[in-house]
Amino acid sequence: MNYSAKVMDHFTNPRNVGEIEDADGIGEVGNAKCGDIMKMYLKIEGNVITDCKFKTFGCGAAVATSSMATEMIKGRTIDEALQLTNRAVMEALDGLPPVKIHCSVLAEQAVKAALWDYYTKQGVDPEPIVGKVPDMEEE
Amino acid sequence: MEKRYIYADHAATTAVSDAVLQEMLPYFQQHFGNPSSIYEKGRENERAIIDARARVAKCLGADPKEIFFTAGGSESDNWAIKGVADKLAAKGKKHIITSVFEHHAVLHTCEFLEKHGFEVTYLPVSPQGLIDPKQVEDAIREDTALVTIMYANNEIGTIQPIAEIGAVCKKHGVIFHTDAVQAVGNVEIDVKAQNIDMLSLSGHKFHAPKGIGALYIRKGITLPNLIHGGGQESGKRAGTENVPGIIGLAKAIEDATANIPAKIAHLTPLRDKLIEGILKIDQTRLNGDREHRLCGNVNISIVGIEGESLLLMLDYFGIQASSGSACTSGSLDPSHVLLSLGLVHEVAHGSLRLSFGEELTEEDVDYILETIPQVVERLRAMSPMWERMQKENIRLNADKTRLVKEEA
Repeated sequence: MNYSAKVMDHFTNPRNVGEIEDADGIGEVGNAKCGDIMKMYLKIEGNVITDCKFKTFGCGAAVATSSMATEMIKGRTIDEALQLTNRAVMEALDGLPPVKIHCSVLAEQAVKAALWDYYTKQGVDPEPIVGKVPDMEEE
Repeated sequence: MEKRYIYADHAATTAVSDAVLQEMLPYFQQHFGNPSSIYEKGRENERAIIDARARVAKCLGADPKEIFFTAGGSESDNWAIKGVADKLAAKGKKHIITSVFEHHAVLHTCEFLEKHGFEVTYLPVSPQGLIDPKQVEDAIREDTALVTIMYANNEIGTIQPIAEIGAVCKKHGVIFHTDAVQAVGNVEIDVKAQNIDMLSLSGHKFHAPKGIGALYIRKGITLPNLIHGGGQESGKRAGTENVPGIIGLAKAIEDATANIPAKIAHLTPLRDKLIEGILKIDQTRLNGDREHRLCGNVNISIVGIEGESLLLMLDYFGIQASSGSACTSGSLDPSHVLLSLGLVHEVAHGSLRLSFGEELTEEDVDYILETIPQVVERLRAMSPMWERMQKENIRLNADKTRLVKEEA
């Protein structure tokens, strides 16, 4: 498996690992059976994601894509976070091996799952805003 | 502790040894002749191959005429299985017996034959990764053409009762093939005493180069030609011989088989120290039988982490190893070998295989035992699966094959 230097950097030194105690939105996608779980924590003030942390069970690409996704949405607005695509995460990591593209999809979905949870907690129907999130674990 | 570099993947491949390389070198330039040529430059290489064939045969207890050089283990397996199938189908024998945890070179060949009208029985293995000769005997039918059971498993290192399985096959007049790719140089092999009719081996697993192997075919069994063409390998496998590879294979198998008792004596205590040390980590399991096991094989599942990230992190610390996780197998499912032991996916994903050669030292073992717990702790700290296991008191069950919620 030939990972780019950026993937290896984000794998060996993942950014924003951990949990947020009083998170405003928590999303989890994937499952242990398939070997990938990503859990994303968001702190949101007004319309801005002020903090973002993650925990991932999975391969090197799964860790790197979740790490990169947190960097790409931290300090951004919710709208900007909703625009985050798996392709953008992949490009930011200088590409992924073809068999690992699904990891970047999971990272995109983890962000969306956390925003889904945020809107649910706000009493707002998330589906019209976030759209369906295929691999989400609902609490 | 200072960073060390430890190659712990000998079951994948090994380096060509100095002694092997030195024997091979003259055959690239000085002795470049085609063994089929009439002049001395060719004849000297023909003699070298005759000599190499005898050397390989001697190491297996075979006759030189029973040794056929191939390009490696997969080719030998394919030839043996498809060859016997082709030969015996004409006599109405269209049943093959194998096991669920064979190498893919055997499994995929059997699946191919199923598409061509053969029936295949895939014997299950015990939770320890062993096959009982009684299972083989019970599966043999009137129309059984072949039994093919691996000598030692490439992932979990379990060694099968090959002589006993061979005896069962002999009793019932069924041809017995074994993929001994992982066994050569680790286990004493005598094809006659162990009732083996056909045996596959691969040079690069014991310090010969990649791309050279052999198939032992007992006298009296005639397989169809694998490659049609010239008269090489008794006309069975045409094509100008890989002379340096053949010379290298002969030297490598001599060294490997001469060294078995010393290797076992050196590696067994180191392997056991590693197994005991790694099993001290909470929520781990040893995969494969403790006793009937290759002296250089350690295979442990570490729950809550995923195999590929474990390998990458170990590589970062200088330890090169292997895993049976889905991500490293290149498919959605973890290794069929681990699943055959009854492991659920969640337990199989966190597997680690360490396989060693004789250069392993006590210092290497100490370094590995110091590094693995650190790496596991780091990966578990970022694992939502581990987090859930802690919060909900989910643990390995009694036989450590699946995860269960323990009541407080």
